[in-house]
Amino acid sequence: MISVEGVTYSYGGDVVALDGVSLEVGDSELLAIVGENGAGKTTLVKHLNGLLKPQKGKVFVGGIDTKETTVARIARKVGLVFQNPDHQLFAETVEKELAFALTNFGASPEEIRSRVEWALAEFSLVKYRDRSPFTLSGGEKKRVSLASVLCYDPEIIVLDEPTTGQDNLQKTRLAGLLTKLNRQGKTVIVVTHDIEFVADFIPRVVVMSRGKIIADGKAEEVLVAKEVMESSSLLPPQLAELSWKLGLKHPSIKLDVVIGEISRMLEASAK
Amino acid sequence: MVLPIIEVKGLTYTYPESESPSLKDVNFKAEAGEFVLVTGPSGCGKTTFCRALNGLIPNSYGGEFRGSVVVDGLSTTSTPVYELAQRVGLVFQNPENELFCTTVEREVAFGPENLALSREEIAMRVEEALSTVGILHLKEKSPEELSGGEQQKVAIAALLAMKPKILVLDEPTANLDPLSAKSILELMSRLNESGVTVVLVEHRLEMVSHMADRCIVFDGGRIVMDGSPEDVLYSDSVADLGIGIPKVVLVSKHLNRSRNGSLRCLTPDGLASYVRGFPV
Repeated sequence: MISVEGVTYSYGGDVVALDGVSLEVGDSELLAIVGENGAGKTTLVKHLNGLLKPQKGKVFVGGIDTKETTVARIARKVGLVFQNPDHQLFAETVEKELAFALTNFGASPEEIRSRVEWALAEFSLVKYRDRSPFTLSGGEKKRVSLASVLCYDPEIIVLDEPTTGQDNLQKTRLAGLLTKLNRQGKTVIVVTHDIEFVADFIPRVVVMSRGKIIADGKAEEVLVAKEVMESSSLLPPQLAELSWKLGLKHPSIKLDVVIGEISRMLEASAK
Repeated sequence: MVLPIIEVKGLTYTYPESESPSLKDVNFKAEAGEFVLVTGPSGCGKTTFCRALNGLIPNSYGGEFRGSVVVDGLSTTSTPVYELAQRVGLVFQNPENELFCTTVEREVAFGPENLALSREEIAMRVEEALSTVGILHLKEKSPEELSGGEQQKVAIAALLAMKPKILVLDEPTANLDPLSAKSILELMSRLNESGVTVVLVEHRLEMVSHMADRCIVFDGGRIVMDGSPEDVLYSDSVADLGIGIPKVVLVSKHLNRSRNGSLRCLTPDGLASYVRGFPV
């Protein structure tokens, strides 16, 4: 579905934002890209919808070289939800914001209506349909920007820091939605430094540091690898830290596994 | 008897354009030097509560205000904003919206300059505030070229230069990466140890619950829980409120149930020492 091959990109100056990055993402995968600020996460995802074109290397989306096509065509396949909704929202009302892309893509009025109604309901935005997006709270704006992308039903959805300013309930709801979309066959890529969110909900994790990918694998393996977490300046999930402190042979980010290990340790010491 | 440094009595507040109150009969007291963690779901009244503590509500927002808020002996409704600003500093989620000067130094000097202090006093306060938050080396920089975490430190230094007794922070780390967030929270802990009363709104309880003396939970405009972080996080009803319970607490609660224990750990360190046979 997505193939990034040895991509290098620099915004000018000495700093290389991406330094020979390669990444394969299959159909209907759910993965997270994590790393400290400036690691290259946002630069990488901007390559996935053609906003940036590689200076070296190649990016293929659904078999198409992003250099050989227009942003408009890739954008239909790859929906990018920005970190700061103020950089994305512009319409007079929430309803118009949601309808914008579909209208541009030439969808029928019936289709537009039904998709917009679905998105308003899915994101609890029905009561705000006639409000200007700019009068909403930070968390609500975030939901509008997500809804406006999901509304036109792209095959691949990329979310840049979707959990900032969201409380636990909204995060759980977001995770449920992403999981559901993923089960329906969408590829979902989440860029985040919310490591607890990743540990709880996302199966595959790509760790970036200083423009390179330093780890890529199952969340339960990558997030408990102490040297990876340390060299990427990430705070480990609390269960990984607890596992290390307990000296567990198989550190884990799963609640039941850690509880099981501790119970065994306590029983052994009671004997 | 020691007077509380913050006393909120029967506060019910409705924003001008709103039909229902955002705060409903809120009663709250804090003693000088306390570190109070405030949490609860979005839209529960936390931000409104913060704005009421430094008088932004009702003085700048208007609306319908019933009850009273007294900070350091001054009623917020009858005290000029510049007087309150010397007692309560408010830090917002997004520092970009607060910073407007051309250099960090000017930014931090702005508040004290408005108090008509001597030049020496202003210079001293600026140096002190910048070194407290650890960004003296950024003095000549423009706030625009700094990272989010550094900008938040500038915003905090600008408040410290006013020498407030109380710092109120409304999700100061929401937009920061984990290490910057940790460094801001540790700074709060240090300032609190030096005597500043801290009221901090934060969702990521795993990062902060062990620093606080007290935790209050808002829901639907009311304070629904108030106690030590252990009391609140280990209570049976807390799970229903939809706040993120740290994993260490979930593990400990499970062990308490299955082994009839009474663990009250808040950190991986605490729980690990218990399991290894060194009860804390």
